[in-house]
Amino acid sequence: MFDIEFNGEFAAFFVFAVLMIAGAVLMVSFTKVVHMVLSMAAVFLGAAGMFVLLEAEFLAFVQVLIYAGAVSILMIFGIMMTNHSDSRAETIKPLKETLAAVGAIALFGLLFYAIRDADFEGLDGGTPAQTTDNTLAIGQALFHNHVLPFELVSVLLTVAFIGAIALAKKEA
Amino acid sequence: MLASYLTMAAILFCIGLYGALVKRNAVIVLLSIELMLNAVNLNLVAFSKYGVVPSINGQIFALFTITVAAAEAAVGVAVLIALFRARGTIKTDEFDELRR
Repeated sequence: MFDIEFNGEFAAFFVFAVLMIAGAVLMVSFTKVVHMVLSMAAVFLGAAGMFVLLEAEFLAFVQVLIYAGAVSILMIFGIMMTNHSDSRAETIKPLKETLAAVGAIALFGLLFYAIRDADFEGLDGGTPAQTTDNTLAIGQALFHNHVLPFELVSVLLTVAFIGAIALAKKEA
Repeated sequence: MLASYLTMAAILFCIGLYGALVKRNAVIVLLSIELMLNAVNLNLVAFSKYGVVPSINGQIFALFTITVAAAEAAVGVAVLIALFRARGTIKTDEFDELRR
């Protein structure tokens, strides 16, 4: 199989993987919407833990701030402002659900086959350069090689911010 | 370890895809899309450490993905609130005007 040595990294990976898969499966299977959002918060925190394992501490921090913090709260706000009468019974469409499940499982089978088939020999984690300070390295890369995308993304954020306000305004 | 991370991301992506296709509450569809984007981020960061040429660029890409995903979530929720005001529901299968 995966030729895994049972060290500390694998133990931590296992814990985070269980957290994320459990959260994702619960997200799909819960019936109450708020519970779904809370289980998604568990997935986001697990992803942050995996980023720490992958030596991307800055990204882990951003993940906790943006996803586990902002996006979860935003979704809860969306639910609170839209879900008044959700007590009606869900009309289930078995055919559609089965088709979607078969498609998702088929895609996973394909991806899993490709991953198993690929040759990852010798790729045992040469750490990205400048490992001493992850944030410093990201900052330098961002402002030396990716200045234009960085500025574009700031414009995108401003546009999204103004657009969200304009869309959600009362008399829009 | 790389194969483990890639498999993990594939599992998350497929669960997200299933949720986005099946769920009828539009907020949960948005959440499933976030899950899929998160799986992609995991792949990017995994390759930034274990790839052929380990490089910080994978993390930069993940950072941009997170930014765009946050913008998408904000605009998506705003659209849902506007839709709810206009139609009184956010069930995805009740928005079928163009199909009639």
